[in-house]
Amino acid sequence: MVNATAVLPTLPSKHWLRGTAPTTRFSLRGNAAAQQLAGQALGLTLPVEACRAHSAGERAALWLGPDEYLLIAPLIEGEALRAQLAAALAPTPHSLVDVSHRQIGLELYGPHASWLLNAGCPLDLGLAAFPIGMCTRSVFMKTELLLWRKDADVFHVEIWRSFTEYFTGLLSEVARELPG
Amino acid sequence: MLVIQCPFCGPRPELEFAHGGEAHIARPSDPASVTIEEWGAFLYLRKNTRGVHAERWRHVRGCGRFFNALRDTTTDQFIATYKAGEAPPASATGGAV
Amino acid sequence: MSQCRTETGGRIDRSRKLSFTFDGVQLYGVQGDTLASALLANGVHLVGRSFKYHRPRGFLGAGTEEPNALVRVIRDSARSTPNVRATSVELYDGLIAESQNRWPSLKFDVGAINDALSPLLPAGFYYKTFMWPRSAWHKLYEPNIRAAAGLGRAPEGADPDSYAQRFAHCDVLVIGAGPAGLAAAQTAARTGAHVMLCDEQAEFGGSLLDDPEALIDGQPSAQWLQGVIADLKARPNVTLLQRTTAFGYFPHNLIGLNERVTEHLSAPHQNLPRERLWQVRATEVVLATGAIERPLVFPGNDRPGIMLASAARTYLNRYGVRVGKRAVIVAGCDAAYAAALDLKAAGITIAAICDVRPSADGPAAARARAAGLAITTNTTILGTRGRLRVQSVRLGHLEISGSIRPGVTVACDTVLMSGGYTPTVHLYSQSRGKLRFDSTSHVFVPGTSAERERSAGACKGIDGLHAVLADGAAQGLSAAAATGFAGSPRHYTVVATETSGIGIPGALPQPGKTPPAKAFVDFQNDVTSKDLALATREGFESIEHIKRFTTTGMATDQGRTSGMNALGIIAKDFGREIPSIGLTTFRMPYTPTSFGILAGYARGDLFDPVRRTAAHDSAAALGAVFEDVGMWKRAWYFPKSSEDMHAAVERECLAVRNGVGMFDASTLGKIEVVGPDAATFLNRFYVNNWANLAVGRTRYGILLRDDGFVYDDGVIARIADDRFHVTTTTGGAARVFALMEDYLQTEWPDLKVWITSTTEQWSVVAVQGPRSRDVIAKLVTDIDISHNAMPHMSVANGRICGIPMMLFRVSFTGELGFEVNVPAHYGKAVWDALYEAGREFGITPYGTEAMHVLRAEKGYIIVGQETDGTATPDDVGLTWAIGKTKPDFLGKRAIARPAMTATGRKQLVGLLTLDPQVQLEEGAQVIATPKQPVPMTLIGHVTSSYMSSVLGHSIALAMIKDGRARIGETLYVPMPDGDIPVKVTAPVFYDAEGVRLNG
Repeated sequence: MVNATAVLPTLPSKHWLRGTAPTTRFSLRGNAAAQQLAGQALGLTLPVEACRAHSAGERAALWLGPDEYLLIAPLIEGEALRAQLAAALAPTPHSLVDVSHRQIGLELYGPHASWLLNAGCPLDLGLAAFPIGMCTRSVFMKTELLLWRKDADVFHVEIWRSFTEYFTGLLSEVARELPG
Repeated sequence: MLVIQCPFCGPRPELEFAHGGEAHIARPSDPASVTIEEWGAFLYLRKNTRGVHAERWRHVRGCGRFFNALRDTTTDQFIATYKAGEAPPASATGGAV
Repeated sequence: MSQCRTETGGRIDRSRKLSFTFDGVQLYGVQGDTLASALLANGVHLVGRSFKYHRPRGFLGAGTEEPNALVRVIRDSARSTPNVRATSVELYDGLIAESQNRWPSLKFDVGAINDALSPLLPAGFYYKTFMWPRSAWHKLYEPNIRAAAGLGRAPEGADPDSYAQRFAHCDVLVIGAGPAGLAAAQTAARTGAHVMLCDEQAEFGGSLLDDPEALIDGQPSAQWLQGVIADLKARPNVTLLQRTTAFGYFPHNLIGLNERVTEHLSAPHQNLPRERLWQVRATEVVLATGAIERPLVFPGNDRPGIMLASAARTYLNRYGVRVGKRAVIVAGCDAAYAAALDLKAAGITIAAICDVRPSADGPAAARARAAGLAITTNTTILGTRGRLRVQSVRLGHLEISGSIRPGVTVACDTVLMSGGYTPTVHLYSQSRGKLRFDSTSHVFVPGTSAERERSAGACKGIDGLHAVLADGAAQGLSAAAATGFAGSPRHYTVVATETSGIGIPGALPQPGKTPPAKAFVDFQNDVTSKDLALATREGFESIEHIKRFTTTGMATDQGRTSGMNALGIIAKDFGREIPSIGLTTFRMPYTPTSFGILAGYARGDLFDPVRRTAAHDSAAALGAVFEDVGMWKRAWYFPKSSEDMHAAVERECLAVRNGVGMFDASTLGKIEVVGPDAATFLNRFYVNNWANLAVGRTRYGILLRDDGFVYDDGVIARIADDRFHVTTTTGGAARVFALMEDYLQTEWPDLKVWITSTTEQWSVVAVQGPRSRDVIAKLVTDIDISHNAMPHMSVANGRICGIPMMLFRVSFTGELGFEVNVPAHYGKAVWDALYEAGREFGITPYGTEAMHVLRAEKGYIIVGQETDGTATPDDVGLTWAIGKTKPDFLGKRAIARPAMTATGRKQLVGLLTLDPQVQLEEGAQVIATPKQPVPMTLIGHVTSSYMSSVLGHSIALAMIKDGRARIGETLYVPMPDGDIPVKVTAPVFYDAEGVRLNG
């Protein structure tokens, strides 16, 4: 019996791009009661305000829609967290689905992070319109992506697995005119 | 490219949205009881309004929610957007809907 | 330095000489020149041939309004651009330019015969002249007219340059960096608002660049300009874009900008994009687009050397170029006097100043008189002479009686004309703002805005530098205030020659009733006042129709120089006022825009996302040939060494039938449906009954839309009471998900059920064939995969290679089969492990083509291949799947319509050719009797057709009218070589009893 190894899409080596630590992801859907119970299990309060992320340590809950959250935790906590969430949520209707492998996490960082994104993303990424802690799904040219601003010049991006190459390929093309 | 006020996420670019056709066309609750003509009208008959038009949008590349909007088809300006299931704001329609 | 270049002055650097060629002749200009100013500095006036009559043409203007000087600029063998205005091309060292629309040369052009024939070629001649004989149109007239029409030659190779795109947002976007735009931008910027300022020219300044004498706040204009630009540059809340044209004004204040990044560079860095598209969303827009001087319409007004007075002033003051030695000034507007004064000061002889108006009493005229220039009023131009350069003009004097007395002929090499200024309202009009006719200045100005936008300065008809600056500042302040940024007003002190921009629209008075020939209104399209008169005489009343009949205002001109004059002439012809004639629609782009910026980064490999499955590289290593399915790359077939596709597919099919094959099914759409009402939801959504599906079992589901037609299909598994794993077709994944959300959110919001896309969460390997269980048994743990424990259409969770797995016992091949679902990052490892484990059983990777053959042998439909959006479940033989006792499901009401079960509907059947080696064409039509005359009576079509290796016979699926009743009949498939007889069969060709599924 072989033990299979995980193979993630490779990221180009760039001074504005880095991968994120291996991650467990759950899509949580449900009403306020489910949101509260999930928050207790996760150890943080799920954001009620639209388009905001709350994090505690390496765990985070991202508001994606009024009944939809992305819950993120280190990969190592995945199995235990799944059991904790399932147990906590059992009393109330909800949907909890493991989407750890559906998408890739990466970070765009540095002074050109928002400049790179605005080549293909139509959102206003100024700090006033897109403050630290904001998260939302949006588009980058022909792909959907999830943006989460972790710092003024750090964007956490989640993108579906098979769109990663397209996204990073476009960014590399955009970045050609950058110095360095 | 329009700016559309998502009732949940606020003003966002049209690229994030999918248009969903005319609003306030409810699926008959008991389809078996409606005539063929009524079913045909439910499926196909639309107003094609010139002026203030109630239409559905989905913030498909955002929060994923369907919602309704009043848009003037002659100017492309939105009068209001409101959540699915809500009545259009009376003050905004001028009785046109 | 040539005689035409002044010794000092201008905004050029005389110490930096640049070499360039025009039509192969090497010439020199200096840094800061445009191609136009450099040519004029070399005394070159003849730069093009007109579009229709091939008349020699020179420069009319000095900016984007230039209608004549369209040239081809060539950078290297791969880079050439036709139809660029020489007035907008910044000179760089090594620039190569060519004139257009001439053969064999600019000075001697065979096409000029059209000029002699011009009486035969009036407006719309091609609508009338080539009517007979009718048959000659396609073969003779149209090809020849097409060859003669068009301007410039497009480059033939792929564009080697890159183009960038960018979204941006700002509080205030100021378009145009002349005095009004600069004042607006600076005032708005001081409030703290985020300001973007763009200008189409190489330098900010607009009309200030032509007006070095003006003093603003006690400083010469150049110095003031430098200070303002430095101030704007220093502000972090300001973005400055030079060489950037606002070409389109789109709804909700989205402005398209075209930034030319490297066009002016001699050797652009390869990493820089050539141009950039900006899509700017501005809260408020200030349009400071200025005004454009109009030419005057008189006979022979198009000869080289005849140009706008403002252009001569620009060439002199900005580029240090004298456009001639002896000039006649024709004034319909006081701006002509400013040019006369400047040119005189530069040593150019002013041979005459003819003012068409009855009096010339403005301050500029007074200054001209004080400078010793003689002005004759009530004077018109009756004609000009000079083939390749104007040599003289003939004056005429307007009598009080209204008649015209011929006057003297004045020798000259330059004629400067000023017909008044037309506000540039293109963008305003694109924004759907309503224009208003100003009866004092005889021009259209912005009226009621439709967007959050305001105009400032000359583009709304304001004259004079002080008034323009003051208005710019006021509009900038008000725009910033509208975005929530308050500031204080700005005041300027200005010392300058203030001239009114008011002029005279229409043609100069001429003797006689009929309009003279060769009095050009639209220089670019060779439209004369006579053509316009013809249009009105022929009954055209709408300005839109007249535009199309005469082509006035088309192409790059877009009415810049021609619009108001054309309106003036038409209004006079009709005896009506200009506003009652109306305006043609201003369309984007304001100036021609490259396709490059519209394509942007979406080229080559990045045109569309290319989606690859987790096991893609492993399939590629096994020699897979891939096909595009939507955005996915799917393994199509796996040829071995010299195999062709047919041989590979035959081998792959036989392996599945006789041994074991493996197939990457990861692209199938997957949706997790979870919640206490999950079964209720699926019951309403799919035609099948889901309430009675046990946990651990799967079922083939069919989805209709409410119109009753098949929309999608797929296997659905019940993972738990409240959890289903739904699969969709590869292409249907997104639309099925959207349809589910639609019904859940808007029709059945009471249901406690949610959906999550898991398409990319799971990597799926189908292991199919009699030996499939043997293969997976080597790797699977935690599941009993025996037939009894895991029968056909079941699902179980377990592990494979130690990885959590969801195992389906399903088959799209008709053989014993499993689908191994693992989290996607493990997809490659599990594929590799299965391949290794299967080697001892001869496991054969197979692609989509073999999959299609295998399913067709079993009569399994593919939605979108057998169905076309008009097929009901009954049409494709799937009535058995419908949950008949359910009160409702999508499409139930529609399929109950009598028409949906009426005779004559096309039904799915099989077709077997009488000759087993003949394979039908997919899409071929089917007829009931052979040798029919055209039009034949078509009764159906072939939807799928393959060579079946296991059967040794070609097979086909078809949709045939009343097909099930025709089983056993012989039908015909008409092809160019004759009718192919086919026998109608049931659509299942292989193992009709389905025993192999239970192996």
